[in-house]
Amino acid sequence: MELDFSRQLHYFWALMPEMILCVWGMVVLLAGVSGKHKDPETASSGDPSFGGGADLGWLALVGVLLAGMANGWLYGVEEVGRSSMIALDGFRLFANWVFLLAAALAIMISFAYVYRQRLQAGEFYGLILLSTAGMMFMAGARDLIVIFLGLEVMSIAVYALTAFNRRDRKSAEAGLKYFLLGAFATGFFLYGIALVYGATGSTNIFEIGQTVSSGGASSTLLTIGIAFLTIGFGFKVSAVPFHMWTPDVYEGAPAPVTAFMSAAVKAAAFVAFLRVFMVGFDGAYDTWYPIMWWLAALTMVAANLMALVQSNVKRMLAYSSVAHAGYLLVAITASNEAGAAGLLFYLLIYTVMNMGAFAIVIGVAHQAEERLQVEDYAGFGWAQPMMGVLLTVFLLSLAGFPGTGGFMGKIYLLQAAADAQLWYLMVVLVLSTIASYWYYLRVAWFMWMKRQLADDQHDMVIIPVPMRIALIASVAIVIYMGFFPGAALDFARESVEGLASLGGAMPGLGE
Amino acid sequence: MSGAYLPILLLFGVSVINALGMVVTSHILNPRRDTPQKLMPYESGMIPLGSTKARFSVKFYMVAISFIVFDLETIFLIPWAVQMRDLGWSAFLAMSMFVSVLAIGLVYEWKKGGLEWD
Repeated sequence: MELDFSRQLHYFWALMPEMILCVWGMVVLLAGVSGKHKDPETASSGDPSFGGGADLGWLALVGVLLAGMANGWLYGVEEVGRSSMIALDGFRLFANWVFLLAAALAIMISFAYVYRQRLQAGEFYGLILLSTAGMMFMAGARDLIVIFLGLEVMSIAVYALTAFNRRDRKSAEAGLKYFLLGAFATGFFLYGIALVYGATGSTNIFEIGQTVSSGGASSTLLTIGIAFLTIGFGFKVSAVPFHMWTPDVYEGAPAPVTAFMSAAVKAAAFVAFLRVFMVGFDGAYDTWYPIMWWLAALTMVAANLMALVQSNVKRMLAYSSVAHAGYLLVAITASNEAGAAGLLFYLLIYTVMNMGAFAIVIGVAHQAEERLQVEDYAGFGWAQPMMGVLLTVFLLSLAGFPGTGGFMGKIYLLQAAADAQLWYLMVVLVLSTIASYWYYLRVAWFMWMKRQLADDQHDMVIIPVPMRIALIASVAIVIYMGFFPGAALDFARESVEGLASLGGAMPGLGE
Repeated sequence: MSGAYLPILLLFGVSVINALGMVVTSHILNPRRDTPQKLMPYESGMIPLGSTKARFSVKFYMVAISFIVFDLETIFLIPWAVQMRDLGWSAFLAMSMFVSVLAIGLVYEWKKGGLEWD
């Protein structure tokens, strides 16, 4: 099937996965208010895996599955030309897989949490689906305005999810903080779009790229526009001068939402970030490369140093997610195809290992917001060996230990940096990774080397069936990628092929 | 090109000077004889009572939000309705989708009890 976008209807085909998720989000929302789900306070009864709102979770998973099928179907669809607002390339489709995987894992680890906290299941799962649709718009956008729309669809849903636990003061505080700062960053982003439009005369990333490369753009306006877009994206990916909201929001938000935010929201922002800067501003690389270099270096160093002194595990994982944003910024600084492939590969691994680690944190916290201090993990490994081993694997992978997916991800980021000859940045990446071992392994040390504070300390840790499935899938992917990264990496490389090329396809502008 | 925006800059300058000028000159020229009555916060002649941070029922906000949603729906519907025949079926389809999304929102609000006052 070929789409040439001269007919409006072709946009429907090109946006099939997004459409399905939007519609399904509304279906879940309506199912949540109909009949027996009407009152979540009394509807919670029975097994958290199947009763008490869990059927809505399974319904949402069906939606994710349908969107995944549509995403697979898009591989058989070709686009004619590259002037449309929606891109149909491997880069978008690979990113969509990451978002869908993150959404599915987030839903699976939420079942017991939603049940125990008496959250309103229909709204909770519906918002996860809607924000995933926003992410997919961001990944598929070839126009700054569509990126902005996707960013808002995603962010507004996530603001609501952050403040979802309305009985919890911390959750409300986190939601308000995230909303206010996010709105502020959105303002920067929109102003950046306006300035870039002023400099280049287009909001289409492809046309911006051609204008910038041919030197047809007003350089002052363009530089300010790039700076503003960097601030907007920097906020969303929580790069270091703009990361202040991250620890508070990640600590206050409901734990499954934190897992979802730190993996999927970040992935969406990075994918759009890369496309805008690598395709749109490739001709101005010398302008933005020093900014990105310092952002990456600062993020890696500062986030890892701050993570060292955290005693709350959720907060530690928040700083860890900031640090991972730093590693991913190295790929953006490199701005080559190896970097783009490395970024996609790393996002996939990071999503899986981060979700896995958060799943066990939620389990240890009794599906609630208690027992989050590192001391609460004392002796956990011996009391619950299976979960202890899994958490250790995820932590080692987050740290980048050889034999895990995290190690392979970092290797390919380093390779991309080497291709772009960013030698000092590589040194910073390696040294900050070594520093990060301390805080990841501290949790493992508490788990295996410390005695339990009380004999029955870990008896209450219950991992329901859907969470078990998510954990097994995550650990399988992490270990498989650690030893056999080849297939996934080749897939990522194929996905980014021709991403940055600006010539040829536009009529009248041939090489 | 920048010459076209000069009048806007001038207008901006005049309004700033005007606003500042009124405050500053009246501050310089007026006689100041403060009495306790004059220094009191003004609340339509009464002595101020109580805190201004009164809490409203959340239902007021529900009504306000619903109003804004359907107000905006009207804003988008009218330009389309005026040009309906020229825009053709694709615009009709797009508008139907827009209205049905809002209708789902209304159904949700209704089921959730957002339209009931008690």
